[in-house]
Amino acid sequence: MKFSARLKTVESQTSAAPALDLVRAWREMLLIRRFEEKAAQLYGMGLIGGFCHLYIGEEAVTTGVLSAMRPEDSCITSYRDHGQMLMMGMDPKGVMAELTGRIGGYSKGKGGSMHMFSVEKHFYGGHGIVGAQVPIGTGLAFAHRYKNDGGVCVTFMGDGATNQGQVYESFNMAALWKLPIVYIIENNQYAMGTARKRHAAGDQSQRGEAYGIHGHKVDGQNVSQVYAAALEAIEQARSGKGPVLLEMDTYRYRGHGMSDPAKYRTKEEVDQWKDQRDPIETLRARLLKDKLASEENLKSIEKEIKKIVTDAATFAQESPEPDPSELYTDVLSDASI
Amino acid sequence: MTIEILMPALSPTMTEGTLARWVKNEGDKVCSGDVIAEIETDKATMEVEAADEGVIGKILIPAGSQGVAVNTPIALLLEEGEDSAALDQHQSKTAPMAPATESASAPAVVSSSPVSAPVADDKTYAHYKTLTVREALREAMGEEMRRDENIVLLGEEVAEYNGAYKVSQGLWDEFGDKRVIDTPITEMGFAGLGVGAAFGGLTPIVEFMTMNFAMQAIDQIVNSAAKTRYMSGGQMGCPIVFRGPNGAAARVAAQHSQCYASWYAHIPGLKVIAPYDSADAKGLLKSAIRDPNPVICLEHEMLYGQSFELPDDEDFTAPLGKARIMREGSDVTIVAFSRMVGHALEAAEALVAEGISAEVINMRTLRPLDTDTIVQSVMKTNRLVAVEESWPFAGIGAEIAAQMMEHAFDYLDAPMVRVHGADVPMPYAANLEKLALPQPSDIIEAVRTVCYRKAA
Ligand SMILES: Cc1ncc(C[n+]2csc(CCOP(=O)(O)OP(=O)(O)O)c2C)c(N)n1
Ligand SMILES: [Mg+2]
Repeated sequence: MKFSARLKTVESQTSAAPALDLVRAWREMLLIRRFEEKAAQLYGMGLIGGFCHLYIGEEAVTTGVLSAMRPEDSCITSYRDHGQMLMMGMDPKGVMAELTGRIGGYSKGKGGSMHMFSVEKHFYGGHGIVGAQVPIGTGLAFAHRYKNDGGVCVTFMGDGATNQGQVYESFNMAALWKLPIVYIIENNQYAMGTARKRHAAGDQSQRGEAYGIHGHKVDGQNVSQVYAAALEAIEQARSGKGPVLLEMDTYRYRGHGMSDPAKYRTKEEVDQWKDQRDPIETLRARLLKDKLASEENLKSIEKEIKKIVTDAATFAQESPEPDPSELYTDVLSDASI
Repeated sequence: MTIEILMPALSPTMTEGTLARWVKNEGDKVCSGDVIAEIETDKATMEVEAADEGVIGKILIPAGSQGVAVNTPIALLLEEGEDSAALDQHQSKTAPMAPATESASAPAVVSSSPVSAPVADDKTYAHYKTLTVREALREAMGEEMRRDENIVLLGEEVAEYNGAYKVSQGLWDEFGDKRVIDTPITEMGFAGLGVGAAFGGLTPIVEFMTMNFAMQAIDQIVNSAAKTRYMSGGQMGCPIVFRGPNGAAARVAAQHSQCYASWYAHIPGLKVIAPYDSADAKGLLKSAIRDPNPVICLEHEMLYGQSFELPDDEDFTAPLGKARIMREGSDVTIVAFSRMVGHALEAAEALVAEGISAEVINMRTLRPLDTDTIVQSVMKTNRLVAVEESWPFAGIGAEIAAQMMEHAFDYLDAPMVRVHGADVPMPYAANLEKLALPQPSDIIEAVRTVCYRKAA
């Protein structure tokens, strides 16, 4: 791992780089997990429909990466997007209400799990077509550069998405024009039912090298390491040196979507990730061991998260369905020219 | 307060399942995320995970119970500090879902079609059988692959996973890695690769997980597959089938729910089929595989699980370019394709009560369109309603209207009416989605309009 030497400096917090607040990171990860568990429950009750891709197991990736962002930065991802949205500061109520297809959702119920946006929070979706967000993220970076607003776009993609041609078309332009962008591969080992080794030739972290985009593998279950790597990458992209690629080694605990029984992997494999590398459990142990938090602190955080999630679920069930007239709104802008 | 653990739905269509096994027992402590039970549906076995923390107070549905409706309380969970006395005070708040034996949207007409419906190629057969559309498509591919070893199937999850929608189930087991190939998620790449393999003498069947993703590949379909015969002066063509579910699926929103019929039907050099029932599915797909031209097969996810009768005969195929009269009638003609044929049949059945006799034509092939069959019918009924799930502008209904102007103008006693999806991207919200899609009631209304009738 190319970052290991530099990680120490970031973590031990000598220079200007801000330290990761580990208690806060733990809280964010827990929020994502509990939110997703609640979403699964509402799905089971028929309150959420269609596709619903959960982020359980991968919480450290988005938490670590997005903790390294500044307010002027932007983010875009695929359909596995609830974690990113919560980390970008979007309201859990609005996210959950979008999942239930209600007017109080971020897209007034029109987008659903896969399609939510918040211009205010610089979150640009929520994209259902595998790989499509990668050139779009590159375009957001182009706009950051053009407007000289100092922002960097963080673009997430799955391991399966790295096989789409448009990813490499994007790499070429981003490197050629030194755009402020960080590409994050969320390598959760599977693209739907296809294991990484059956779909991708070579080392995915090195797929930008021919364009001069340096790639690094990161332990995606360790939020500190994710944070350190992301901070360095984002600041490099911001400084005008061009894009960086990070491959996060992670795992999704659940099936690809709600109706995937995930028979293509063994229980032992899943248990090994859960028992030995769970990002929330390992950080919890560390917080206690290093006396960064007490059992009571963590218990009260758990309580607080439970309330946030319960409130979100209540809101998502009480918010009304969109008015039928909403069917025809928002297709085009009515703004006069 | 005790928490009810409910029988979960694992897919939008699941209404009941079997509670196969309890992993936790009464008295066991569970944390959120722990597996507590296993449930089975016809499609899969899934684990039920606890969503809350507590102790399993009482198991309400024993292991092995079948037909447990979604949302039935299956166990009670005691929260921290609660003891079992709380169980006695518990009163259920949730009502289980009624099992969907007679759901409103399920097409009522399957085998009771008044015309010689199962006959998809104008012949009669000695034996008939019942298959789902999914099985019929699978049989078509299996039989053709057994017949010709140059036929290969490729696409995402078609092999080891048995198909994202289980259409290719068992084909990898039978034909192996050489002929049933899992591709990376790289539609433009594998569609183009399929075209090249066809140039090289193979007959590829390229499955798109859904036709939405074929948009990534549409340049290869249009510019490479469709035009080569012409561009090469007839020297070489492209025998290939591009197939996959097309049109609306349940609650999957704008990027995953749209119909490409008019897109592909627009292209000279392509043939486009859209099967409705199992006879269409098997018969048309077999013809498509044998056809020397590129054929787009637009399937419908919501039909995959429906059962219909079809000829039980290996030689059965359905001709490309030929529509099928599903139901004869004298007052009005309803033309439809794919899932909308079911809606049209349902509407026709309901219209009997109003004294209206509707003829239902299943177009089956959209390019080349069987205009003759429609014109013949209109000459008899003098009234026409065209139904499609998709957007109206430059759609299939618009094309039919133009054809009628050219070929049946003098026979129409009323302006033709189109029934179509709302002219908006597909919304996610359940109520809006329903409004966006044509319903049988819309067809009934359109028929009344062309018949100058008021609602009964
Ligand atoms: C262009 C396109 N092809 C296929 C699909 C269907 N599909 C949705 S997610 C997925 C797997 C993606 O895997 P990966 O990129 O590893 O992301 P993960 O789901 O593991 O986060 C597939 C094949 C799609 N949405 N878009
Ligand atoms: Mg993946």
